[in-house]
Amino acid sequence: MTGSATAVEPRGGPLVVARVWLRDRPLVPLLLLLAGLVALLEVVQPGIVSVNWVASTMRFAIPLAILAACQTMTMLTGGIDLSVAVVASMSAYVMATTQSDIGWLAASLVALVPAGVVGLVNGIGVGLFRVHPLIMTISMSLVVSGAVNVYARSNITGGTRVPSEITDLGGQSLLGFLPNSLIVFIPLAALILVALRRSGYGRLLYAVGDNEVASRLAGVRVGRVLVVLYLISGLLAGFAGLIYAGVIGSATGRLVDPFLLPSVAAAVIGGTSIFGGRGGYAGSIVGALILTVLVTFLNVMQAPEAVRQILFGAIILAVAATYTRITEGS
Amino acid sequence: MNGLAGARSFVARWARGDTWTVGLIVIFVLLFIFTKALRSTYGLDALAIASLPVAFAAAGQAIVVISGGIDLSIGSVMALTNVIAASLLATYPELSVPVVILVMLIGALVGTVNGVLVVISRVPDIVVTLAMLFVWAGAALLVLGTPGGSSTPWLREITTGTLGIELVPRALVVLLVVVGLVWIPLRRSRLGLSIYAIGSNRLGAFRSGVHVEGTKIAAYALTGFFASLGGLALTASTGIGTPIPGPYLLLSVAAIVLGGVSLAGGRGGLLGPIVGIYILGIIRADLTFMGMEPAFSTVIQGVIMVIVVMVGAYLTLRRREA
Repeated sequence: MTGSATAVEPRGGPLVVARVWLRDRPLVPLLLLLAGLVALLEVVQPGIVSVNWVASTMRFAIPLAILAACQTMTMLTGGIDLSVAVVASMSAYVMATTQSDIGWLAASLVALVPAGVVGLVNGIGVGLFRVHPLIMTISMSLVVSGAVNVYARSNITGGTRVPSEITDLGGQSLLGFLPNSLIVFIPLAALILVALRRSGYGRLLYAVGDNEVASRLAGVRVGRVLVVLYLISGLLAGFAGLIYAGVIGSATGRLVDPFLLPSVAAAVIGGTSIFGGRGGYAGSIVGALILTVLVTFLNVMQAPEAVRQILFGAIILAVAATYTRITEGS
Repeated sequence: MNGLAGARSFVARWARGDTWTVGLIVIFVLLFIFTKALRSTYGLDALAIASLPVAFAAAGQAIVVISGGIDLSIGSVMALTNVIAASLLATYPELSVPVVILVMLIGALVGTVNGVLVVISRVPDIVVTLAMLFVWAGAALLVLGTPGGSSTPWLREITTGTLGIELVPRALVVLLVVVGLVWIPLRRSRLGLSIYAIGSNRLGAFRSGVHVEGTKIAAYALTGFFASLGGLALTASTGIGTPIPGPYLLLSVAAIVLGGVSLAGGRGGLLGPIVGIYILGIIRADLTFMGMEPAFSTVIQGVIMVIVVMVGAYLTLRRREA
């Protein structure tokens, strides 16, 4: 079946045709970039790309992809959630400090409670009080990181340990190449993808982000939509923290903090507009994979930390700029 | 009209137009009067020195936010200018004045790079400066791998201690003089007006003949310049250069919000955010004086910010509906 834009036979050379074709299929350039990066990695260090390597890349990419889901969904409404990283660290830490008393399952559920509370407060601030999402979530992350420190002080004798059930989920692989965390990630990603495209709530997110006034006039209770959205974002962030604790095998109060900016970057290079209304989760998943491979690549190059950071920033910017040009067209 | 009446009506007009800043100043004065911490253990000059780098960052962030952008890389630029200043001052202690001027120029140049990238990439400001946050932090690590370098005595002398009577800290004087020298003429100039114009209505400004892209680059250059002053203030107060960015991005954005600058652009000034920084500083001093743990006082500061932004947003909402 031909897309509507290709049916209109764009005038101009093959370059224009290619551009229009790419604009309708935004995932293609991303997948090409991912394949290119993997190929480059194999050229730089022959033999590195193996079944094991794929499994370990996926293991590291999955928590990032879940955090990118928080950014994707909030960005669709024109918002952003800058509290996801500290919330994820908090959940991981709470789980690791309570599991010896109440068992791993109860500890994981208990760890999601504060994550949900933070998300709810974010939602109330953004949805009902109309605070700018950037400000609301930055302020809440100040509260959360302070609260984690206070909790760590009171818990100094407790000690932390990540239970084997969680490390199995995050750090082990099925048949040697399928990370166990895929068992939870595939249904979760499928749910988000389908919900964003097909469910009424998912479409409301696009509607609110595209034109908030119009959706309000059409009878959408924008405030409620946003409260639920940030609640979901908080819970997902907490969940990502638990899985990442499993990947690493230990937990501190700041475990997931460095993932904040990459989570935004994954959604952005995945093609979700930070102004809302445009984008989707599939791109963010590929974005998370690209960033993870990129980090491996910079590590393999054995570049000093300074050069690594510079290249990381420059590549994010270059990808975002190229992508903006392709998808927005001329 | 005689001079006194003119001045009085000017103040009245300013107070009517900028009630938020007036409210902040009142809160600051009340806090100052009822705070014991500042008179016994922790002087006003200590508060002014500790707040100086953040205050410059807040001023810089305010300018770019007024123009409708945001600079997430401000903490990294401060770290970069901080280490450049410290390492150059360690190598050429006799050339301290040219070094300081050079560092300011580098700050403006770095800001210009940010602005040019925002304009030519057509990527949203927040994404570009997010990427540049990594780039400038990496550059800071290239300049100085570990904390080191040194400062110069006069940089420390002009910012520590008090001036004349005991009440006026030098750091505050430096801050107000520098910000005033740059901002007051700028605000009355064509460029200043253009910065407000592109922030409040980009298309409208373009159709009125404002050079939108040039103005945007100039706003980022000014932010970079103020970030370099923040970096120099760090060099002065710590005596060394530290290549790891401090919490200045978060604090500068917090100050913007407290200071009544709209994140949507086009509204607010530089005085509000600076007073906001001092209020945050005084609260921190109070909590420390009351014997509270630093971790717990972070929670309280965060809660205060959450409440302030919620009340502020609620009031704006009410006003719009009324």
